[in-house]
Amino acid sequence: MKQSNKQYWKGIEQLTNSHEVVKNAEREFPEFLPINENGESGGSSRRDFLKLMGFGIAAVSLAACEAPVRKAIPYLNKPVDVDPGVANYYASTYSLGGNYCSIVVKTREGRPIKIEGNKLSNITKGGTNAQVEASVLSLYDKERLTGPKAKGADIDWVALDKEVISKLEAIAAKGGQIRIVSNSILSPTTKKVIADFKAKYPTTEHVTYDADSVSAMVEANSQSFGQAVIPSYNFDKAQTIVSFAADFLGTWISPIEFTKQYAVNKKLGKDKKTMSRHYQFESNLSLSGSNADYRTPVKASELGLAVAHLYNALAAKAGLATVSVKAGSFKNLDKAANDLWNNKGKSLVVAGTNDVSVQVLVNAINSLLDNYSSTINLAQAVNYRQGNDKQMAQLVADAKAGKVDGVIFYNCNPVYDHASGTELAAALAKVGFKLSTSDRMDETASLADFVAPDHHFLESWNDAEPKVGSYSLGQPTISPIFKTRQAQASFLVWAGGSDDYYNYLRNNWKSTVFSKQTSLMDFNTFWDKTLYDGVIELGAPSAASVAFAGDVAAAAASLSAKTDNGPELVIYQKVGIGTGNQANNPWLQEMPDPISKATWDNYLTISQAMATEMGITFVESNTSLVNLKVGGKSVTLPVLVQPGQANGTVGLAMGYGREKAGRVANGVGVNAYPFLTSANGFVSFEITSGVSIEATGEKYQVPQTQTHQTYMKRQNIVQESVLSEYVKDASAGRFHPHVMGYDGEKKPSEISLWSGHTYSNHHWGLVVDLNSCTGCSACTIACQAENNVPVVGRQEVLNRREMHWIRIDRYYSSDADANDVKGLEIAAENPEVVFQPMMCQHCNNAPCETVCPVAATTHSSEGLNQMTYNRCIGTRYCANNCPYKVRRFNWFKYHDNEKFAAVNVAMNDDLGKMVLNPDVTVRSRGVMEKCSLCVQRIQAGKLTAKKEGRRTNDDDVTTACASACPADALIFGDMNDANSKISKFLRLEEKEDKKVVKEERAFHMLEEINVNPNVFYLTKIRNKDLQENNV
Amino acid sequence: MQVVSSVREPLITGGKSVADVTQDICKQVEGKPTKSWFAALTVSLMVLAFGTFCLLTTWWEGIGVWGLNKTVGWAWDITNFVWWVGIGHAGTLISAILLLFRQRWRMSINRAAEAMTIFAVLCAATFILAHMGRPWLFHWALPLPNTFGSLWVNFNSPLVWDVFAISTYLTVSLVFWYIGLIPDFATIRDRAKGKIAKIAYGALSMGWTGGAKTWSRYEAVALILAGLSTPLVLSVHTIVSMDFATSVIPGWHTTIFPPYFVAGAIFSGFAMVQTLLLITRKVFKLENYITIFHIELMNIVIIITGSIVGIAYITEFFIAWYSGVPAEQYAFLNRMFGPYWWAYWSMMTCNVISPQLFWSKKIRTSIAASFILSIIVNIGMWFERFVIIVTSLHRDFVPSSWAMFSPTLYDIGDYMFSFGLFFTLFLLFAKFFPVINMAEVKSIVKSTSTKD
Repeated sequence: MKQSNKQYWKGIEQLTNSHEVVKNAEREFPEFLPINENGESGGSSRRDFLKLMGFGIAAVSLAACEAPVRKAIPYLNKPVDVDPGVANYYASTYSLGGNYCSIVVKTREGRPIKIEGNKLSNITKGGTNAQVEASVLSLYDKERLTGPKAKGADIDWVALDKEVISKLEAIAAKGGQIRIVSNSILSPTTKKVIADFKAKYPTTEHVTYDADSVSAMVEANSQSFGQAVIPSYNFDKAQTIVSFAADFLGTWISPIEFTKQYAVNKKLGKDKKTMSRHYQFESNLSLSGSNADYRTPVKASELGLAVAHLYNALAAKAGLATVSVKAGSFKNLDKAANDLWNNKGKSLVVAGTNDVSVQVLVNAINSLLDNYSSTINLAQAVNYRQGNDKQMAQLVADAKAGKVDGVIFYNCNPVYDHASGTELAAALAKVGFKLSTSDRMDETASLADFVAPDHHFLESWNDAEPKVGSYSLGQPTISPIFKTRQAQASFLVWAGGSDDYYNYLRNNWKSTVFSKQTSLMDFNTFWDKTLYDGVIELGAPSAASVAFAGDVAAAAASLSAKTDNGPELVIYQKVGIGTGNQANNPWLQEMPDPISKATWDNYLTISQAMATEMGITFVESNTSLVNLKVGGKSVTLPVLVQPGQANGTVGLAMGYGREKAGRVANGVGVNAYPFLTSANGFVSFEITSGVSIEATGEKYQVPQTQTHQTYMKRQNIVQESVLSEYVKDASAGRFHPHVMGYDGEKKPSEISLWSGHTYSNHHWGLVVDLNSCTGCSACTIACQAENNVPVVGRQEVLNRREMHWIRIDRYYSSDADANDVKGLEIAAENPEVVFQPMMCQHCNNAPCETVCPVAATTHSSEGLNQMTYNRCIGTRYCANNCPYKVRRFNWFKYHDNEKFAAVNVAMNDDLGKMVLNPDVTVRSRGVMEKCSLCVQRIQAGKLTAKKEGRRTNDDDVTTACASACPADALIFGDMNDANSKISKFLRLEEKEDKKVVKEERAFHMLEEINVNPNVFYLTKIRNKDLQENNV
Repeated sequence: MQVVSSVREPLITGGKSVADVTQDICKQVEGKPTKSWFAALTVSLMVLAFGTFCLLTTWWEGIGVWGLNKTVGWAWDITNFVWWVGIGHAGTLISAILLLFRQRWRMSINRAAEAMTIFAVLCAATFILAHMGRPWLFHWALPLPNTFGSLWVNFNSPLVWDVFAISTYLTVSLVFWYIGLIPDFATIRDRAKGKIAKIAYGALSMGWTGGAKTWSRYEAVALILAGLSTPLVLSVHTIVSMDFATSVIPGWHTTIFPPYFVAGAIFSGFAMVQTLLLITRKVFKLENYITIFHIELMNIVIIITGSIVGIAYITEFFIAWYSGVPAEQYAFLNRMFGPYWWAYWSMMTCNVISPQLFWSKKIRTSIAASFILSIIVNIGMWFERFVIIVTSLHRDFVPSSWAMFSPTLYDIGDYMFSFGLFFTLFLLFAKFFPVINMAEVKSIVKSTSTKD
């Protein structure tokens, strides 16, 4: 092609070859760009440099801050029932180790976050306890197994089933023995499942044991009445209650139910001026003992003797033959006998000891008092404890002898929590096939060949028959978090059936419960209603007197006697940790024991006299370690001087010293189970001989939340009286402080700098009945769950920095003169106890509000003292100026902080965080926090009412603490609503724009400083004779 | 010309001439630092470095590293704060009130005392910051316009009053001190040989010419500032005391606190001035300027204020009994015989008993005794604040919450930080600034040292 000489121009400028075009020809942007303000000369000026550098630094630092990835995934298809921000409630059943509670589970966006009591249940009547409240956190325990295991390695369910079935069939084929070991099973359908399993493998036997066994009671009832059951007790019908070491308010058999009943007769008011009277004879100071009107410390070895003496005293009154027993004198025993006799048929005697002789004597006493026709109902047997000590002992013996070929541990941990645990662990080597359904690699599961982890109860379908005629259903409130499988389904699969336990349960109910009732004809309707209610009560035969056929004389003769002069060891349960099956729950570990106020530890409780003898001092929780030796076993543990401890006895709590429960519980305290002995085939919790204690001289600190034990006879704090005085004058025991002014004495409320607040709409208030409160601490845990209260761990409790928003102050009485300041600090040997729940008092003249420099704590228009976390700069002035010391400071960042990861799991684990209440802020480091009277619940309740176009009422709002309380000791409500329970109870009257409280028992703590709280306390009234300062 | 009694002791001894004054004071600034100065600075810096580590840890981890708890919400932090603020009082008292009362003996000591005031208030300010849970939000305690709507500080809170009181005090003290320094800086500038010194002191002296009009304005400003500072001497510690007095806590809730705190502040402030001057005097060989006469006068102030404090302690007890309030009575019994009895009796011994030794002329004119007692007084005053704060809080109304407080490494370390800061600043001041007000002292050399 011929080369072209044609030239093309971009424009006329190029053609003219203008100066501009030539100059800018090679530049990308011929036009002026504002990047370079210096114009044509090029290069950067100082200003440009600074600008670019500034931008650069900002950009780099922004880029360096990686925005956290928030995994908020919207629903593709929104579940019908789930509305973001709206809670759903499902009725369900808590049953763990035989402990029963009918519950309502609050779920948010598909995750359970709070457990409430179910008011429809006639057994627990809406009450809960600390263990029930805390169980929701156990669901999110990341140490639960995530799937089945075979020999410690992961396996899938299909392979596991195959192996298990082949092993079981092999055993069955050769006629080998199979055992299913469990704690008490309340579920009738589960029992049917086990029966199915037995049908498939006929050599199977089901062995039931309970860590806190009452097996001897069953035996005694069998001997006395021919009925091997535990009866229903009606503490509400008893005017005189005598308990021999039965901690029925704390841990014995069905504490929630009993507390509900017991509280009925503790209520006083304008129209009710009677109370039950409660005697307690025991070695350790228990929760029940601390609520008793008369309490006598008795050595464990003499407890049976005391029962026998009571029998003799009553038999003498009844004109029956007495039994011959050793002489003995027990304070208040005669008085108790008189009261019992005067309240024949309206009294109740119970004993907590696992000794047949004692239980037979107790049965004889109750029979003699006609209690079987009123306060005890043998016809309505309860299923809470079905453990059979002899059966379990036989299992251990058989395993040792190599007679057992296969064993399935169904949600139980006998290697840890049975007296023969160590023997069993050794014997398991001889068992060919071992399987556990435990949710974690616990002490027993870690010895098993297979672990088929069960769901948490909040993930399962279940049912329960707590007592004859009462049924309840449990339903899943979250889909299974891990690849676990419901144990019942596992059993069904191994028995050759399908794993559809839900339909199995339904079918079983159709054929059993449904057919027993007549009110609903359609099963689906019946099922839906029962599921909605959670419970169905078909009624049971009422109490009827039964003939006592026991041999009292033989029982008295066989009372165990002490064989040496050494101290006696009484193994007891703490209200929080119980038998230790929820030990890995940090809420329970940090819950102060109601009596000792100790957390994160167990210890030997000893009397002051014994401590003095051993040269041990216990001051500000500083103590010493001792060596406890029982038989051949010994352990080193701290001592805690316990007022009220029977001299010569020592107490030790079970449930501690876990080795394989998880990072929270492992290594906390010492294991008491190995010390349990066996007497006449029954596990004995009282070791009366062969115990020795030696001081080691080593120092130790027990983390306690309260180190000062008496209230120093300060009447402005605790006000109490006795019933006889109360009957005469309802304001008995009230303390009326007066302030002297220039014009004479005045009530503190008459002198004020403040003009007061007006509450035009609501005015929230809380009443705390010191008389009903048993100190059980359910409220503490309920509050912790509701309000995202952090757990701080052992060291921080030692540093006195626990975070609980509601605490229970426990005071012992003192023998000292009111003017003896030093002496008042020392608790009496056998003190009276008072429990005082303390939360923010929501003062109307709040001292905290005036001192905050940034107005982070202010008063609401509804009487609440509000804390604005994100305004707080953390001067702690408010906490210092709080006379009640209820404010809690975030000394550290407790969430997402490795230092607290092992204890504050609810704010550190991704899984644990699922339990947090999304309506309540997780507080950051450096801010103050405190009780808000559950303001989020108030707001939610107000919304409910608003949507329905009416005023808020009592049913809409209650606080977590009041809702949890099994004794109904807390009344929350709107004091501006004349129909509210609180207004009626306090008998509020408006007088010159001021509310006047007519209820004589109501008082403000520290009335003289006139901070005018919205929390009222009611005086404690003891049903004891005047003049008796000390029981 | 003033008429001076011939029997009066001269304030400046050694027959110093006006030129001698310039020479004696300036030589410290112009000469090479001494070895002892370097040694002292090294120690101070080491303490400061350790303290800084502790303080940064406190800020990083949270004040949980301290020994505080749910019951005792303030301990060493506020003790140290009040202690340092108290120490800061002497400077203003000396420069303002004594100026107004025309006490010329103050001229030798006011410069160092004012410097001490400023450094002490700075130390106090570090504890205001450090004691906050969220110190990065300290500005929320100031009434600053903000984007949070009507969010404002709480003017009811004594802590807000504190913010105003302390910042005003710091500002006024700083201005007063600086104005006084200007003529002396000019002197040093005029004598300076090095280039840096010339520029530095030239800038610091702000073009001082020494003209008669300038002097006249200088004196007028000094008088105005003295007038402004005088109420501050009373107000600052009054307001600090209201942090406690306006509360409801037994042991805090007392109306005696304002005068008692002011007396205590002057007491501890003079003791601190005494301590520092005795060292400066020795190290810088200023015996002719800071004479036994000065020392004795300061000891007399110590004995007076110490006795006021002692009477306040006794009055508190009397009122606790007389009030008939059981909680109040218990709080005071608990101070004396409770678990912190040792703190109380340390305070009593150091503050009430030990200053009484100054009734003896021999002791109050003894340099060694004055030095030791001045330190004891400050130990006592620290314990006074500790007793008020900790023993009142640790056992207040509700016995269930009674608790003990024990300090941790970080409580101690953060206190050491303030010492490190204080002494570092003071040593730098002593080296680079004229420690005695030359201009003022020159005015009394002639009138008080010669008898013509």
